[in-house]
Amino acid sequence: MADEHYFLQGNEACALGAIAAGCRFFAGYPITPSTEIAEIMSQRLPKLGGHFVQMEDELSALGAIIGASWGGQKVVTATSGPGMSLMQENIGYATMTETPIVIINMQRGSPSTGQPTRSAQADMMQARWGSHGDYENITLAPASVQECFDYVIKAFNLAEEYRCPVLVLADEIVGHMREKVTIPEKVEIVPRKAPEKTDGVYLPYDAPEDGVSPMPAFGDGFNMHVTGLTHDKRGYPSTDDPQTHIDLVNRLCNKILSKRNEMAMIETEFLDDADTIVLAYGIPSRSALTAVKQARQKGQKVGYIKLGIVWPFPEETLLELTKNAKRIIVPELNLGQVFLEVDRVLGKHAKVELVSKIGGVLHTPKEILDKIMEE
Amino acid sequence: MVEVTEHSHRFMKYLRPERLPHLFCPGCGNGVVMNTIFNGLEMSGKSFDNLNMVSGIGCSSRIPGYVKCDSLHTTHGRALAFATGLKISNPHRDVIVVTGDGDASAIGGNHLIHAARRNIDLTVICINNDIYGMTGGQISPTSPKGSFATTAPYGATDKPFNIAQIARASGASYVAKYTTAQPLQLSMAIKDGLNNKGFSLIEAVSQCPTYYGRKNKIRTPVEMIKWFEENTIPIEQAESMSEEELEGKIVTGVYVNNPRTEFVEALDKIIKQQSDINPDDNIKKAYMSD
Amino acid sequence: MRTEIRLGGFGGQGVLTCGIIIAKAAALHDGNHAVQTQSYGPEARGGASRTDVVLSDEVIDYPKVDNPEVFVAMSHEALMKYIGDIRENAILIVDPELVYEEEIQSIIKDKKLKYYKSSATKVAEDVIGKKIVSNIVMLGSFVKITGLISEEAAKKAILESVPKGTEDMNMEAFKQGMQIVEKIN
Repeated sequence: MADEHYFLQGNEACALGAIAAGCRFFAGYPITPSTEIAEIMSQRLPKLGGHFVQMEDELSALGAIIGASWGGQKVVTATSGPGMSLMQENIGYATMTETPIVIINMQRGSPSTGQPTRSAQADMMQARWGSHGDYENITLAPASVQECFDYVIKAFNLAEEYRCPVLVLADEIVGHMREKVTIPEKVEIVPRKAPEKTDGVYLPYDAPEDGVSPMPAFGDGFNMHVTGLTHDKRGYPSTDDPQTHIDLVNRLCNKILSKRNEMAMIETEFLDDADTIVLAYGIPSRSALTAVKQARQKGQKVGYIKLGIVWPFPEETLLELTKNAKRIIVPELNLGQVFLEVDRVLGKHAKVELVSKIGGVLHTPKEILDKIMEE
Repeated sequence: MVEVTEHSHRFMKYLRPERLPHLFCPGCGNGVVMNTIFNGLEMSGKSFDNLNMVSGIGCSSRIPGYVKCDSLHTTHGRALAFATGLKISNPHRDVIVVTGDGDASAIGGNHLIHAARRNIDLTVICINNDIYGMTGGQISPTSPKGSFATTAPYGATDKPFNIAQIARASGASYVAKYTTAQPLQLSMAIKDGLNNKGFSLIEAVSQCPTYYGRKNKIRTPVEMIKWFEENTIPIEQAESMSEEELEGKIVTGVYVNNPRTEFVEALDKIIKQQSDINPDDNIKKAYMSD
Repeated sequence: MRTEIRLGGFGGQGVLTCGIIIAKAAALHDGNHAVQTQSYGPEARGGASRTDVVLSDEVIDYPKVDNPEVFVAMSHEALMKYIGDIRENAILIVDPELVYEEEIQSIIKDKKLKYYKSSATKVAEDVIGKKIVSNIVMLGSFVKITGLISEEAAKKAILESVPKGTEDMNMEAFKQGMQIVEKIN
């Protein structure tokens, strides 16, 4: 079997990516514009001996995938903004209990029910901190149908490596557009690490230096107690001792933050002599690259950076890549969300400017080009 | 530290001694129900080693944390959603869900009716004490009309839920309801629930002397048990009684025992039709590298 | 070379499938690059529907169609709704049975459009005997007029996209479409 080429919709590519990553369990609730993912999973999973469940809402969709993850499955759900809001409760639970799960959010116009069939990137801050509490997780932003396939696989692998929820934040345009996808003969899969059997007291949350412990499945004989309460290394609730909470929450955050540069997925173009850099993620990155190429033809010293992983934000890597830049331009399909983080990190040495667009329509290259040409 | 002596309780072997003493108040009905769970489990012939437990949030939801088995202590109301995923991921394991009246019928009401509708093979022990204990005595969907709570200082105005009735109406294949004054019946019901391949709900009406008792002038556990005994009506007798006559009564017995196609079995039937792959080959798939 | 194509019709008519086949033919069988997007409305059937296709011999960064160079119209409503941003000298292909031609003369003149007709719906009904293949008839006309995808690639993509058992009928529809093109100006 060689690599195979297909002409697919972004949503289809997400579903196939999940299956290629070894996912055999999907629980979800229909919502535009992500519903095709559920439909394809419902059709494909039974043919692979896997299970699809349409739950009663997104609260329970997330509950079901977390339950199945502890049962030993790689799991995924797909939704859009309104469903994402309902999932926040159990995103916090999965973060606290270090349960690997993958959530695909095909962003649409918002707040509230908003624009079901239009695009947006207005859930970026929700992806970071939408659930209550101090926490960090991982968010990827695909910009093409090929990236839907590749990033979903990557999301599953990151979920296993870091034992945390991993969010794939695409949008209506990427979810519904069709492009050629190359499905490789073999994809890299990170299997879950099971703990070693011990004669003494098993400490499921006694994490090694990198902060990530192996994870047993229910039924493996480890007698796990998994709780969303602050817990000690044994996994038992310990809600009064400040130090237990301090150690736990810091470890949960640091296991992600300490790897923010290592895990970064950054694409760059024309950075060598660039004094202006367009920094984008997700679908506007494609308008941005066109605009940058057009500006180069006009003799402008413009570079391009695309973030594949938005959270954790690769601060040090970006500082290094942009150290000679005077302007950073950030196009987003929102009123300025990741822009705030770019400004915090890079704003000391460069002027960070937002090209905001809402309403559901993608930036045209000209809108970004006009911003580049302003100075 | 509690010293575990050779005269320890016969169910002590199922508990995590390092987690004792438990946090339940003196006189709480959770201890009685816990005993009936182990008693029912032993009578059912099911193996303790094959047991998983799942719970939500509330006093009763703390029970699985004391039991020496794999357990998920989840978010408020969502236990059945987590249990659904857990059961499907490995249907060979027995899953007991422990929940309370607020957890199951208020915040988790939607999950309850849908889990019952699917007839997924879970055994739900719903410990109903008619009040929110963990948060300090607020009114619950099952609190009797006219009863008092910290958020019903002038008495409850609403018609209470009968959780067993909701489960039956939603499609559960086994439903029974008893009080902590009927521990043997409760144990038998739990046994039957475990042996029913499908959604089973056993409602255990239980005493909360700390909040319900204090707020409603039934101050001691003994008084509360007496109050249960005085107000219990067997379901067969209740059938010929009017709604007015049944107000404030606890209708106990087997509400339904009607086995039907189980959810995961139905899914696996489709898998058999659609592929040659045995769903069991996917158990613990996350650990496989392909 | 980048080419922006727009197809408009009413929901359920198959313009979406037609757009997907064009893009698929280019991307999988002609060795080119293609992106297909569409406008989604809340209604499942009826109403104006449209699909956009970008074709290029280079990697396509910006995936959207802003100023179509080829516009295929299979309903008057969609034509009027989506033609506003058409490029000057663009190709306009219409199904004359579904469009009030007198209402579009000024646009054709102002934008100096190259105007073609393909009676796809009529031919699908009268010659093939199945109205539902009108989109494939139109595809044949599109290939004949624009040459943007090869005939072979189009045929392969049709065969991959249509339901089993309808291959012959669709091949015949495609062939008819190639033959019925009328160039007006």
